[in-house]
Amino acid sequence: MPIVRAVTCPICGSLCDDIELRIKNRRVIKVKNGCSMCESKFLGYSGHRLLKPLIRKNGTLVEVPFKEALARAAEVLAEASYPVLYGWSSTSCEATRVGIELAEEVGGVIDNTSTVCHGPSVLGIQDVGIASCTLGQIRHRADLVIYWGSNPWSAHPRHIERYTTLSEGKFERSEWISYVEKTKAATAKKKVESALRQVSPKKKISTSSTPVERGPCPGILKAGRKLIVIDVRKTRTAEIADYFIQVEPNKDYELLQAFRALIRDQEIETDRVAGVPVEYLEEVADAMIGCNFGVIFFGLGLTMSKGKLRNVDAALHLTRDLNARTKFVIMPMRGHFNVSGADTVFLWQTGYPYAVDFSSGYPRYNPGETSAIDILLRKESDAALVIASDPVSNFPRKAAEHLVNNPLIAIDPHMNATSQMADVVFPSAFVGIEASGTAYRMDHVPLPLKKVVEPPRGVLPDEEILRRLLLEVRKVKKRKKPRAEVK
Amino acid sequence: MSASSKLKVTLLTGRTIEQGVGKECGKASQDYFESVAVCYVDPEDMKRLGIREGTSVRVSTDYGSVILKALKSPRGPHTGVIFIPYGVWANAVVSIETSSIGMPSLKGIPAEIEPAADKVVLSLSEFLREQFGKG
Repeated sequence: MPIVRAVTCPICGSLCDDIELRIKNRRVIKVKNGCSMCESKFLGYSGHRLLKPLIRKNGTLVEVPFKEALARAAEVLAEASYPVLYGWSSTSCEATRVGIELAEEVGGVIDNTSTVCHGPSVLGIQDVGIASCTLGQIRHRADLVIYWGSNPWSAHPRHIERYTTLSEGKFERSEWISYVEKTKAATAKKKVESALRQVSPKKKISTSSTPVERGPCPGILKAGRKLIVIDVRKTRTAEIADYFIQVEPNKDYELLQAFRALIRDQEIETDRVAGVPVEYLEEVADAMIGCNFGVIFFGLGLTMSKGKLRNVDAALHLTRDLNARTKFVIMPMRGHFNVSGADTVFLWQTGYPYAVDFSSGYPRYNPGETSAIDILLRKESDAALVIASDPVSNFPRKAAEHLVNNPLIAIDPHMNATSQMADVVFPSAFVGIEASGTAYRMDHVPLPLKKVVEPPRGVLPDEEILRRLLLEVRKVKKRKKPRAEVK
Repeated sequence: MSASSKLKVTLLTGRTIEQGVGKECGKASQDYFESVAVCYVDPEDMKRLGIREGTSVRVSTDYGSVILKALKSPRGPHTGVIFIPYGVWANAVVSIETSSIGMPSLKGIPAEIEPAADKVVLSLSEFLREQFGKG
């Protein structure tokens, strides 16, 4: 029974590359080292699978030969005057490279999922610049880790274990023991509460309190690696943190600017900022200045709430200010496994990381105008190709409505909301399981994705489908050109 | 405490580990449906609404409304804040305001929540048909 080692997991931006897979009869039967999402993907990817190309006929999707689907898709793209080519973050860099050629060929807009996740971070970084490093540096050196508006326990389950507080670094030790003790204490507390409830069932019993109500947390003063979480909800990540600050929704900007003031020794003339008492912020500001190597990982809590890119600006400025006092870095928690790769390939090929418009014959970039959501809300596009993404599930309904009301081509291994709404559907091989390629980790380290099993018969990788589509579009355009000239 | 019919709340959307695991099984799967077509409500707010865990609720914003299954929000208190995992159901109510930078407002949206015990949470296919008349 073959075992494949050092497999890169194609799910989140952490790109864990220590996965071991046991293969039997061309199927993955055991996953080692992976998180629950990793296991779910490697063991369950073959369910709800698309296996044949589909075309919508009389309102229903019907199976057709690959050639017929290719001809129909090429026709749609060649005839469209302003198509949107969207997705790209869950496929390989190689496929994205072909996609950009296709976007240029059809004079459309190519946009990746950054547009609805870390787009504002990209804009903030373009405005301010970023002090960053690789995750390896953080693993070995960071003694203060801050997750802001991010819940890695759910979105990047092994991030803390592989790269930050619970990882064993060369210069910084893992905090596993304190985490286990904390978990034991939490379990004991639950038992006490349960026993007290049995003694007096009617009395409201709680031994817990919010950080705002209790005194300064000893976690901030402890030696070794510290984990601070700043979020609007008490998440699983917040629960294991040494210090948790619960910020009011849409108030991150105020909190970031308050920290900037505090680390410059300025006084804040109010008792609370964003619902948090100033003395708590002072403690965190002290910890920030007092560390040897600090890092802020920020998530969609900053980019999706009020302020958006200005929140990111403030976080980047805070990091810059902190570097006057100590060593500090900052990194966006990129979601999809190759969204950093999509940005990078877009950047190499066009000069811009997302929302690139080829309708003028050259790349143009103006998020807010050339970004997918705005084009759809203004109802400007007249066709779309969606690859390795599910915008019908991820876009606000009004934007998805325009996508669905126009000819829609989907390339995806699964039947999802977008493929259910599409007019032409291509089944594709899973990149990182059935097709190889390259992906960029959230710290922009490129890693190889392995092909560990064969795809189902007749199912092609994204890159190959796009290559064939590009050739077919060129053929259609060539065929139509002389006719136009005769007119 | 008397139960009121409606509560004004702040809507957050985001990732949960259940949604992450569900999506990897395939978005047509029951796991995905059960992890996404839900709304996490603070237990105190549940009392105010007069609902229990599992009751259907209607969440409405300026952008639409959706029926979801109410679940107790863990690790509270989160009074005045509701949470819906990313997915097609959440997108029926999120803000389309892109602030001229292309990014819709998917967190921190003013919303209203009310009990809708007699309503059924629609499956993915039913919901897509209701929203887009296709599928």
